[in-house]
Amino acid sequence: MADLESFRAETRAWLEANCPPEMREPIRDDDDVCWGGRQCKFKNEAQKLWLERMGAKGWTVPEWPSQYGGGGLDRAQAKVLSEEMRRIKARSPLSSFGIWMLGPALLKYGNEAQKLEHLPRIARGEIRWCQGYSEPGAGSDLASLRTSAEDKGDHYLVNGSKVWTSYADKADWIFCLVRTDPAAPKHLGISFLLFDMASEGVSTSPIKLISGSSPFCQTFFDNVKVPKENLMGVPGKGWDIAKYLLTHERDMIGGSDSTGGGQRDSVSNIAKRLIGLDAAILADTALRTDIARHEINALAFSLTMERVMAETKSGQGTGALSSMLKYYGTELNKERMQLLMSIRGSDGLTWEGEEKGEGDLARSWLRSRANSIEGGTSEVQLNIIAKRVLDLPGA
Amino acid sequence: MPLILTDDQIMIRDSAEGFFKDEAPVSQHRALRDAKDATGFSRDVWAKMAEMGFAGVLVPEAHGGADMGHVAAGIILEAMGKNLSAAPMLSTAVLGATALKQGTAEQQAKYLPLIAQGAHLLALAADEAARHKPNHVATTATPSGNGFKLNGVKGFVLDGAAADTLIVAARTGGETDDKAGITLFLVNPKADGVTIDKRSMVDSRGAARVTLKDVQVDGADVLGGVGEGFAILEKMLDAGRACLAAEMLGVSGTAFSMTVDYLKQREQFGQKIGSFQALQHRAAHLFCEVELARSATLKALQALDEGNDRAPMYVSLAKAKAGEVAILASNEGVQMHGGIGMTDAFDIGFFMKRARAAQETFGDAAFHSDRIARTLGY
Repeated sequence: MADLESFRAETRAWLEANCPPEMREPIRDDDDVCWGGRQCKFKNEAQKLWLERMGAKGWTVPEWPSQYGGGGLDRAQAKVLSEEMRRIKARSPLSSFGIWMLGPALLKYGNEAQKLEHLPRIARGEIRWCQGYSEPGAGSDLASLRTSAEDKGDHYLVNGSKVWTSYADKADWIFCLVRTDPAAPKHLGISFLLFDMASEGVSTSPIKLISGSSPFCQTFFDNVKVPKENLMGVPGKGWDIAKYLLTHERDMIGGSDSTGGGQRDSVSNIAKRLIGLDAAILADTALRTDIARHEINALAFSLTMERVMAETKSGQGTGALSSMLKYYGTELNKERMQLLMSIRGSDGLTWEGEEKGEGDLARSWLRSRANSIEGGTSEVQLNIIAKRVLDLPGA
Repeated sequence: MPLILTDDQIMIRDSAEGFFKDEAPVSQHRALRDAKDATGFSRDVWAKMAEMGFAGVLVPEAHGGADMGHVAAGIILEAMGKNLSAAPMLSTAVLGATALKQGTAEQQAKYLPLIAQGAHLLALAADEAARHKPNHVATTATPSGNGFKLNGVKGFVLDGAAADTLIVAARTGGETDDKAGITLFLVNPKADGVTIDKRSMVDSRGAARVTLKDVQVDGADVLGGVGEGFAILEKMLDAGRACLAAEMLGVSGTAFSMTVDYLKQREQFGQKIGSFQALQHRAAHLFCEVELARSATLKALQALDEGNDRAPMYVSLAKAKAGEVAILASNEGVQMHGGIGMTDAFDIGFFMKRARAAQETFGDAAFHSDRIARTLGY
């Protein structure tokens, strides 16, 4: 414990000395979030400096081993670091699919050379990754994917197309599910490939969404040559990695932005500000009922996250709960956005305007509709719960 | 405190689950119902519950109790909910003990050991309106002799026909809906002027209408300060609500597991009905809802044990969520059982009846949503 306290003191001092004041401001715009990568355009010098300093210490990925560019911290130290960062309201230096998704899979399934090649670059924010999973013909039924990787001796020849590739146009490398054995049963012919988006034959085309933005692309592969050593894990066993990684993704989507508490203002606080009170009661009583019901579920959900984490830590875990958190968390977030639209009324319908931030709410509401589609739809999550948790017979 | 059970609490859970499964299963509830039992519970089971330390779960050790706290009380009630075990656990061990712990040294010494021994039953006579509104007290207590005279009608008194002592909320000052001016009295149900009318309830539990007509009580029978009873009443109600949430969690748990079992057995169209996605999704959704109710309930019970300032808010959260989920679980249970779910011979209907009664006791989901909104300032 004394060690942990001295670690806290050192961490606090280091953060005080090294976190630029600009990086302690709340995040206001998309470009306040740093995604790193070769094409990265830092918003300002402070953002660059903060990433470099944190990356050098391995604190972009505090719990990864230090030989792979991580901080080498244990769970307790990592918790101290995150508490100390919260204390000074420090921004996260780097947002990254490499950290959230590929990294954990690489640590588990990658070989030593792959770990040494990729993990440090992820940690320092030098390489930005995208995820090649869904295809035009393979959405919820992901395992039916058809992008092929033909064995050509020293390399694979990749042909096909991926869709909903987040930020593919800004990414440097892709981790990609491909079919290496067309004759095998659909779950067994899939492999997990890593390759450079700058390879010849790769092209991307942004998809405009109902929110007006284009965070996703369709990605095309036309005779792309990928060296054999870029296959992660065992040929034909890519589906295991895909599932492992999807669980991480679900936890991220379900848990990140769906609680009533956290840093986000509660629905009722926003309603109080915009609608006002009448004799200590929200001045719209029908909406008040809907808001209270939502907040009850949001509170019970955040307590469930807390309980699941405590159970996991103590080994009492009920297991297979990531589908529950993904399902319930995303449905709650959609409900939250709908309530915020109701609270704002016709003002919430603004799409573009003179003022900065106009149209943001409508766009966020529209964006939220994807929460229960991406990373496995709500219906797929319910299938998983029915099958794996309730052990109901297959359809 | 991490939001999980401690090792001790897991032991209490295992022993409570075993006890009620063996001693007070659903079949016993059915037998009591069929016999039109006057109290709705078995005195033998209650005596054994006292031996197990359940009756004294909230009674301090100095008064012969087990003093295990609210989480333990909730664990016991959850096990009772799973088996639909009827006993004066809520009225005596939770509400009664919570009230008497606020009493004078004499009152504590007189009642608390008896509660722990299972030798004395209490009942809370507070609600007057059909919809729960604890500050609505029209029953009057007017000074008389060295005490008070009570007049009024209490419509819904749980275990009122079995009680040895009634805890009556009456008004010594203020207007009908004021929180100030409410006083709690310990009243002998055999006293002159007390009429107990047993009510036949949908869940076959014991409840009574209590009429007070010029009932003379002594000054020594006042519980807490004169005009200051509402704070004690709220404490009692919050302990009771959290434990009801736990009981409803148990009701949901069994209704859910019976339903999932049925989905795995029943065949129609040449296959198990559990293979139909329309039913799978409803069952999976219900699973999630029960998990949320569990988290909210545990948090409320822990908050009561910690003396957390936000305990009333967490209690309302638990009562609202667990109530809503118990209704959903029992409704879905009956629906997915189909025709057999509507028959008296099958048990699932008992769970629906108990869920409804527990939901309406001490404030339903609407009442507690409103209370949460007020707590959060809207």
